[in-house]
Amino acid sequence: MSAPRREAAVAGLLLIVAGCAVAFVVAYATDAGTQALGLTLGAALLALAAALAAAGAWILPNEISEEPRRPPAAEDDEKKTVAALRPAGASITRRRLLAGTGAAAAAGLAGAAVVPLASLGPWMGDTLVESPWRRGTRVVDVEGQPIAADALDPGGFLTAFPAGADIDATGSPIVVVRVDPRRLRLPEARRAWAPDGLVAYSKICTHAGCAVSMLRSPLFSAHVPGPALVCPCHYSTFDVTDGGTVLFGPAGRPLPQLPLSIRSDGTVAAAGPLSGDVGPAWFGTRAPGRSGGW
Amino acid sequence: MLERTVHAVEVRTRRTHVLRAALGYVFPEHWSFLWGEIALYCFVVLVVTGTYMTFFFDASTTHIVYHGSYAPLRGQDMSRAYASAVHLSLDVRAGLLARQTHHWAADVFLAAITIHMARVFFTGAFRKPREVIFWTGLTLLAAAVLEGYMGYSMIDDLLSGMGLAIGWSVATSIPVVGGPLATLLWDGPFPGGTAFESRLYIAHVLLVPVLIGALIGIHLLLVSLLHHTQFRGPRETERNVVGLRLWPAYAVRSLALFAAVTGVLVLMGGLVQINPIWLYGPFHTYLSENGAQPDWYIGWLIGALRLVPGWELTAFGRTLVPNPFWGGVLFPLMVFATLYAWPLVERRLSGDRTTHNILDRPSDNPWRTAFGAAFATWVAVPFFAGSSDRIFLAFGIDYEGQVATMRVLWAVLPVLVFVATLRICRAVRDSEAAGRAEASADPA
Repeated sequence: MSAPRREAAVAGLLLIVAGCAVAFVVAYATDAGTQALGLTLGAALLALAAALAAAGAWILPNEISEEPRRPPAAEDDEKKTVAALRPAGASITRRRLLAGTGAAAAAGLAGAAVVPLASLGPWMGDTLVESPWRRGTRVVDVEGQPIAADALDPGGFLTAFPAGADIDATGSPIVVVRVDPRRLRLPEARRAWAPDGLVAYSKICTHAGCAVSMLRSPLFSAHVPGPALVCPCHYSTFDVTDGGTVLFGPAGRPLPQLPLSIRSDGTVAAAGPLSGDVGPAWFGTRAPGRSGGW
Repeated sequence: MLERTVHAVEVRTRRTHVLRAALGYVFPEHWSFLWGEIALYCFVVLVVTGTYMTFFFDASTTHIVYHGSYAPLRGQDMSRAYASAVHLSLDVRAGLLARQTHHWAADVFLAAITIHMARVFFTGAFRKPREVIFWTGLTLLAAAVLEGYMGYSMIDDLLSGMGLAIGWSVATSIPVVGGPLATLLWDGPFPGGTAFESRLYIAHVLLVPVLIGALIGIHLLLVSLLHHTQFRGPRETERNVVGLRLWPAYAVRSLALFAAVTGVLVLMGGLVQINPIWLYGPFHTYLSENGAQPDWYIGWLIGALRLVPGWELTAFGRTLVPNPFWGGVLFPLMVFATLYAWPLVERRLSGDRTTHNILDRPSDNPWRTAFGAAFATWVAVPFFAGSSDRIFLAFGIDYEGQVATMRVLWAVLPVLVFVATLRICRAVRDSEAAGRAEASADPA
């Protein structure tokens, strides 16, 4: 290609840039949608890239240059540096004293600068999560309506909250599951916690704090394990029939269980507090003797 | 025009050579050198699109009832942050283009930095005198991962809330200080006090971007002071630098790359949907969804959290080290500590204290390449394990079986990769040496 032709080609590409840019403005003015905006602006920029690349390759000089580097500093340069700078400190007689007190001053100031960061938030109390569940707390749905004991068929589950509490607090949400009472294998002390096969666990995963919102509930095969709650973040799997013990996944503690009772009006209430600390662990969480998953 | 500008600057700064020297800077040419530039241009796109979005985003957790244009969310209780992000996406003209371009640019930014770092590692470009450049780049990578995580977390949709729940549990898992530190940062226990959202916001739009910008500045300043490295070639030696001068050839090429990177990102932002937050709904502690995947650069961490078995260190009925510590704190600390230490480790092991301007090819240094490949495998296995649930849904491969397999691979595969890479590199090096010997023995 001759030089004028090459320049004409670059000019043509630049015209395409201008055209696409105008199209973008029109697309914006007519509210033509995200796709039209992206297409026109993207095309303008890609045409610009092509124009620049063509100009670089065809029109502008492209010769390879060679330049010497500054030679690497020789070993004696360090001595020169030291010799040049040393006189500055020559008048100091008690070097150690000044260095030590200087370090103390720096450390003190750094500490003083950092300490106000403690105002950022409340100081952690004895526990990270206060659970509002007490004996007699009524179990309600997200709208605050009491939950009836017969609201669930076997294999069904729902999310519930303590009446009157902040539903977004980690200590609040529970999952209520109905299982066939014959399948329950709760520890001796928890036998009365699941009236009519209604079992409840904290909904916050003891691994990383996501909501345990899946129930794996095999319906037909005798070979697959029983109903289990599964967290969608890292797939910790908790046995519903066995006090929330970890069947699989990274969780290190069972889901805390909430003892339930059925009131005379047929609605559900808590028969006591949750059986353990809610949610992800921290240094000092109560750790039950049972082991984690595999 | 440029000539006059240069003259004007020279007159006003009394510096005649600095600008001209800069314009005459020589860039060695190799395709693998472009990744750092691509990362730089992604950062520019991120700053421009991000600044645009700050005019619409409302970093507030004050709860409102949504009455906007998106019918499925109407009547729902949500934070102003989420409502304003939905408004920006669905009602503001060019808002979704900016948001999706921003999100894609972040993903490409991290990818470009990672590939650039791999190039630097496998060619030995981090060796003396460029260790500090390597360390600033590494810090940049860590800052960029944090920046990306905070960016998608502050929208307060369901997916970002789940990510923050995991972040919270990773923070509280740090022994002794974890609980108090997390409470301080979150302004209270999870999901945090009212100040948390604005902290996330100021960190994402000011603190970390300024840090990234400063690191980029130091990184580039040091690169230009030392000049680029180059591969060995017919003219290239340790004592020279061979390539295109900045003005005009390289500048025009680099601007072409800038336009191309921006163009591709804008095309993706317009045509390829990413993070459709209006479909996720607002976050509540008691909600989660299945099939949640973080952005790709968090994949290695979520995978590590999934692969570690349910170990917790306990004593006297109390937890000392909660489980998320292993995958969420210890693993990334080990990864970054290894990378930071590598220039010193290699210098120690090889005894090589000389300066280097000529790059190795990967086969020139079989031990380094084998270590790097094994290390990359060690990070890649949890990365793929982070998608095991997607693989289960797509191909029906048993999830628990995948995790069991991945745990074994996590330990075994790096060793196999190490041995295989070492052998391949040595074979390549030996066959090249034999070829050179043959060529010199046979002058005809």
